[in-house]
Amino acid sequence: MTAGEAVAIIVVLAITAYACSGIPDFGAGFWDLTAGGRRGGRAARALIDEAITPVWEANHVWLIYILVVSWTAFGAAFGDIMTTLFVPFILAALGIVLRGANFALRKDAARAGGRHLAAWMFGVASIITPFFFGTALGAIMAGRVPSNGHGNPASSWWNATSITVGVLTVAVSAFLAAVYLVRESDRRGLPELHDYFRNRAAVAGIVGLLAGIAAAFALHSDSLRMFHRFVHRSIPLLAVGVVALAITFVMALRGRTRGIRIPAIIGVAALVWSWGVAQYPYLLPFSMTIASGEGASQSLHWLLIWFIVALVTVVPLLVLLYVLDQRGELGEDPTTSRPEHSPQPHAGTPAVDQHK
Amino acid sequence: MYTFILSSPVELTPARSQMAFTLAFHIILVPLGVVLPTLMLIANYKGLRRGDTAALTLARRWSHAAGLTFAVGAVTGTVLSFEIGLLWPGFTKTFGDVFGLPFAIEGIAFFLEALLVAIYIYGWRRLKPWTHFWLGFPIPFVAIIGALSIISANSWMNAPAGFVIGADGLPTKVDPIKAMFNKALPLELIHFLLAAYMAACFTVASIYMVGWIRGRRDRYHRLGILIPFTIAAIATPLQFLVGDTIARWVYQNQPAKFAGMEIVAKSGTHQKEYLYGIYHSNTNTVTGFGIPDFDSILAGGKPSTYVEGMNSIPKNNRVSNATLVHWAFDTMVFIATLLLILVIWYAIAYWRRRDVPALRLFQWVAAAAGVLAYIAVECGWVTTEVGRQPWIVYNVARTSSAVTSASGISISFIVVIVLYALLGAATILTLRAMSRRWRTEGLVSDDDAPYGPRPPAPAAAAAVAAAADAEAEAEADGEAP
Repeated sequence: MTAGEAVAIIVVLAITAYACSGIPDFGAGFWDLTAGGRRGGRAARALIDEAITPVWEANHVWLIYILVVSWTAFGAAFGDIMTTLFVPFILAALGIVLRGANFALRKDAARAGGRHLAAWMFGVASIITPFFFGTALGAIMAGRVPSNGHGNPASSWWNATSITVGVLTVAVSAFLAAVYLVRESDRRGLPELHDYFRNRAAVAGIVGLLAGIAAAFALHSDSLRMFHRFVHRSIPLLAVGVVALAITFVMALRGRTRGIRIPAIIGVAALVWSWGVAQYPYLLPFSMTIASGEGASQSLHWLLIWFIVALVTVVPLLVLLYVLDQRGELGEDPTTSRPEHSPQPHAGTPAVDQHK
Repeated sequence: MYTFILSSPVELTPARSQMAFTLAFHIILVPLGVVLPTLMLIANYKGLRRGDTAALTLARRWSHAAGLTFAVGAVTGTVLSFEIGLLWPGFTKTFGDVFGLPFAIEGIAFFLEALLVAIYIYGWRRLKPWTHFWLGFPIPFVAIIGALSIISANSWMNAPAGFVIGADGLPTKVDPIKAMFNKALPLELIHFLLAAYMAACFTVASIYMVGWIRGRRDRYHRLGILIPFTIAAIATPLQFLVGDTIARWVYQNQPAKFAGMEIVAKSGTHQKEYLYGIYHSNTNTVTGFGIPDFDSILAGGKPSTYVEGMNSIPKNNRVSNATLVHWAFDTMVFIATLLLILVIWYAIAYWRRRDVPALRLFQWVAAAAGVLAYIAVECGWVTTEVGRQPWIVYNVARTSSAVTSASGISISFIVVIVLYALLGAATILTLRAMSRRWRTEGLVSDDDAPYGPRPPAPAAAAAVAAAADAEAEAEADGEAP
């Protein structure tokens, strides 16, 4: 294995991590948007808010890591992708700004109107960003980004493959978010929300399946060569992905949420890797390979060394964050947060340690 | 000017404008992200050590504000990462593997910081006090590693190293470590860190100074002024020395930038130091008031120091907007001088009375010091970035050679302005709402245990869960057929 291939594996690993953590945070925003009126959607929104507040930023950083490693190791491909796919990436970035404005606003905005605006931005951004990431992925996959950086600025990402992959990405984000939220509502002992998100997981799962089938048809007519790579060398991974996601789906429907994240993550990871394997060794199918597009070997070696440093520093802390979060050790500081942020219309005496 | 723009790619001006705008926005958040953790940890330590509720209240609130500004900074930083590819694909294509490593390091440093910040700011409720403190302790150091990485990439653009341009015009013999530790790094890094500490500390102090002027003279406000102001008082004189050194470094290493910074039209000795003034690029002349010989003295210590002027630099290599660079530079120096006087005053007054200086004039200037320090940061950034033009990599690659060929940046720029205006307004309104809320709440002193939930406000999570529960029930009832 060459250094360039090793770095490519790291990039796909980072994309996998982002797909399993950052992308579902956008899905949560989708459920926030569709949760209904201010009063009716309050319970769902409160759970979404509480579930992603401590972790969304850590989940988001994968994206930055993917960008910087890509331009360092594969600057040529990165430049070509960013030139041809200027529109979807700028729109995805703007979605990220909207969502950031939401996170700035929603916690502490004094007026309900401000919080409502924040929620709306969160929801819209949560559709825009994964959708356009998906269209970009579809464009690369279908070979619509040439290695001279001058693909069609519109049809490169506005075509059947890109759109179906975009919809698939949104559906996956919504499915994962609903699955995670079913688990979160169980952990907190909220049976109504369990049912609420279980139904949504079912809908998102079916939409995702349809989008996946549509994407396969689109790719078949768009780039037969890539389609064949998916159904030949990637078929084991595709099978694992579909089976794992089906298990997740069934578990969610039956309300067995203990450990439900495991098949969900395996399923999404397998799908991401089926793409990685299908596209290997191309950075830009079928005009630039890893070997022809990789950067200087010195830089690649240092990226690998630095990745090991990252593993021994980031992973333990990431585990610590998730463990503390899952044990309920993390949450808003009640002495500095807006008290009405958690409105209690039924002024009872909430049990402080309701969840374990 | 016009010929310069006309001969350049159409997207150069909008791309530069968008990059400048998003960077100028991001640079406001960076000092807060780097420095607020230090301030909150100092207050946290003080609070735990002495059982000081005022200090602990400050620590909690500063960490809350840090969480907010850090989140907004993460967003604007992501946009910048995209823009490096979206606006300057020529830059990543040609030099990505030369300058990219520090960004990968920053990616990890930022990751660590995000994790530690999340654990710290959401850990007040349940974690044991000292465990909580020590989990937060690494944050300022990780932030410095992050700053080092980004500054390293920027200093490399000023002092390119770690590669050789081959016959095909592309870099060969790439050594990313040499590129990272280029000769501009040490001074630029120290200059930036001091600037960040000054900007954030003066800003935090000025907030409590406003309260102090309005008569809120309690221990909480006193600490809120003294902790950050003392750090700023240490950083400011150091910055003065570093700033002077870095100006001479630019004189020695980037003569074209120096000529722009000081609007030196004609090479020679006994150069005037213009206080503002205007540079006319078509006639290569300067109008304005200048102190005789002073520029030569600043550059080399004596009036006979030779300073290269614009006339020695080929026209297409001259700084394209010298007057702007010079005004930014002068404003930065002017503000730094004012802040130096302010901190000397503070040092004397504190040494004599161990309290916030009583003089009204001091208090007013100190209340404005945060804004002033930020203006200086922006000016310093304009000086180094606009002063480097027309180069993206000094004397190696032109900015015009790196710009994207994609069209529509004027549109994206307008959208970016609108969204950032929204983001900025949201952030400021939110910080103000937080401040107002905290003011009415008072100290967290009604609680014997400074950590743990306050009796009147039950733990947010439980409250949310309970409310969610109740609401879900209500909803279920309502929807039942």
